[in-house]
Amino acid sequence: MQKIEAVIQPSKLDQVKDALVEIGVDGMTILEARGHGRQKGHTEVYRGREYSVDLLPKVKLEVVVTDEMLDRAVNAIIAAARTGTIGDGKIFISKIDEAIRIRNDQRGEIAL
Amino acid sequence: MESMRVAVVKVYLALLLALFIGGPMLGGQKAMAQAPAASASQADRLATLEKQASDNAVAIAAAQTSGDNAWMLVSAALVLMMSGPGLALFYGGLVRKKNVLGTMMQTFAMMAVITVLWAVVLYSLAFGEGNAFIGGFHNMFLHGVGLAPDVKYAATIPLQTFMVYQLMFAIITPALITGAFAERMKFSSMLVFLVLWSLFIYAPMAHMVWGKGGFLNAALGGRIPCLDFAGGTVVHVTSGVSALVTALYLGKRVGYPKEAMPPHSVVLSFIGACLLWVGWFGFNAGSALAAGTLATSAFVATHFGAAAAAVGWIAAEWIRQKKASALGAISGAVAGLVAITPAAGFVTPISALWIGLFAGVFCYFMVVKVKAWFGYDDSLDAFGVHGAGGTLGAILTGFFANSAINPIFGKDKPTGLFEGNAHQVLNQAAGVALAWTISIVGTLVILFLVDKVMGLRVSVDDERDGLDLSQHGEEGYDWAH
Repeated sequence: MQKIEAVIQPSKLDQVKDALVEIGVDGMTILEARGHGRQKGHTEVYRGREYSVDLLPKVKLEVVVTDEMLDRAVNAIIAAARTGTIGDGKIFISKIDEAIRIRNDQRGEIAL
Repeated sequence: MESMRVAVVKVYLALLLALFIGGPMLGGQKAMAQAPAASASQADRLATLEKQASDNAVAIAAAQTSGDNAWMLVSAALVLMMSGPGLALFYGGLVRKKNVLGTMMQTFAMMAVITVLWAVVLYSLAFGEGNAFIGGFHNMFLHGVGLAPDVKYAATIPLQTFMVYQLMFAIITPALITGAFAERMKFSSMLVFLVLWSLFIYAPMAHMVWGKGGFLNAALGGRIPCLDFAGGTVVHVTSGVSALVTALYLGKRVGYPKEAMPPHSVVLSFIGACLLWVGWFGFNAGSALAAGTLATSAFVATHFGAAAAAVGWIAAEWIRQKKASALGAISGAVAGLVAITPAAGFVTPISALWIGLFAGVFCYFMVVKVKAWFGYDDSLDAFGVHGAGGTLGAILTGFFANSAINPIFGKDKPTGLFEGNAHQVLNQAAGVALAWTISIVGTLVILFLVDKVMGLRVSVDDERDGLDLSQHGEEGYDWAH
């Protein structure tokens, strides 16, 4: 089992979600995040004081998939989230030791 | 015989007039029943007419009172709304999230505590009989403050209406000061400080400008007549200058100015500012103490002042910073409302536009440039908007006041400089100078005392945690649920 963490633009969330559901990935966790890579922030001004805002709004998706599904899931995310400009985001993949369904204690791939 | 005929004709015409006015009010039937029978004697008919005239006078007075009282009660409600939720939201949105409740609590506490104080002794000190500088204790516990009017203050409304209307001013004035020490004062110390401030600074100032025999009272023969229609000096100069003193005494917030402390919700401030604008109609137009044409003048001037100031601030901001901000626009409107406050019932609508425009630009520079030059942490610009705006407005009142709007010195007697009475600007300056002096000296003394007895600032840890948690054991927003 593999965990995919994808930091994407908030405006791409619906597209990515739909793309994953289409290939059979139903479960996911969405977090509202702030961050930046090489993308520059912006300046806000309140009553003459300038505040430079480096932490930009992002969305982080977390999905855990079977080893067989991994490549298709990653490609689906990339295809949906890519615009070609700086700020598109990043994907990180890690191994998952165990998955458990809380309702009925199912464990392993069947719990995904 | 000739003079008798004239007298009878006059009486008959008076009866007709009385029937037209009094009839619909007293009920047509009743009026008809009072009409003299053809066989009654001259004396009987005169007696009936006199009673009719007297009944009608009572009815007319009642109608006048009903209109004035209705407006004044609404105005009192509008002014209270300016405090809660107007000011609470305006200030609340400007602070960091961890201090939103603490900030709102400071204003709300005034709504509660000042009311009690007012009833017990503060009204008496401000508006009771006394000397040129302070009232007395005769009206403690609102003794003598009943439903009959006090002719010197407001002849057509119950004194209790006047009292409760003035109370709303006494509430919002100390609440304004909280903007200067936002995010760093202990709740307990704030309560003690503002109660003492109200007793020793607000009461004398209100008495001098509005109380009987007040030193600066333009309407009741004060020694130095200072034109202050709705509280430019009494409310805005005192609170604004005291705010500056407090900000300097307390020192800057931990991390200021290096740490970023932007408003956590300009949305809340926006709502608060709009409530302030609408509520201000009660503040200014209500200060006419009646529902007549002076209230109209003040209402129009208030609105025009706010609008022109918003335009002024937006223009200055757009030119200097390339963008017009929402916070700037609402701040401009508030600055205009502050500046028009002393002038509202003395100036023409077009003069109000000018006053607003000056105030918008002037306060913009006070907040954006002057504050940075001096480096004081007047967190929510209580001095920059209220102190500076109030001072400017009070002085400009001396320029623009016009007897055509309000013949306060007598019919056709020049009131302001543009009308030919240049001396009034000096009177205005004197009133402002007195307000500045009392505010500075009084506030310093009270701050020093309260600091020595119980300390003023929260601890550094409490300041980092935020007032909501440290002072009130609450969180403003709990998104996890």
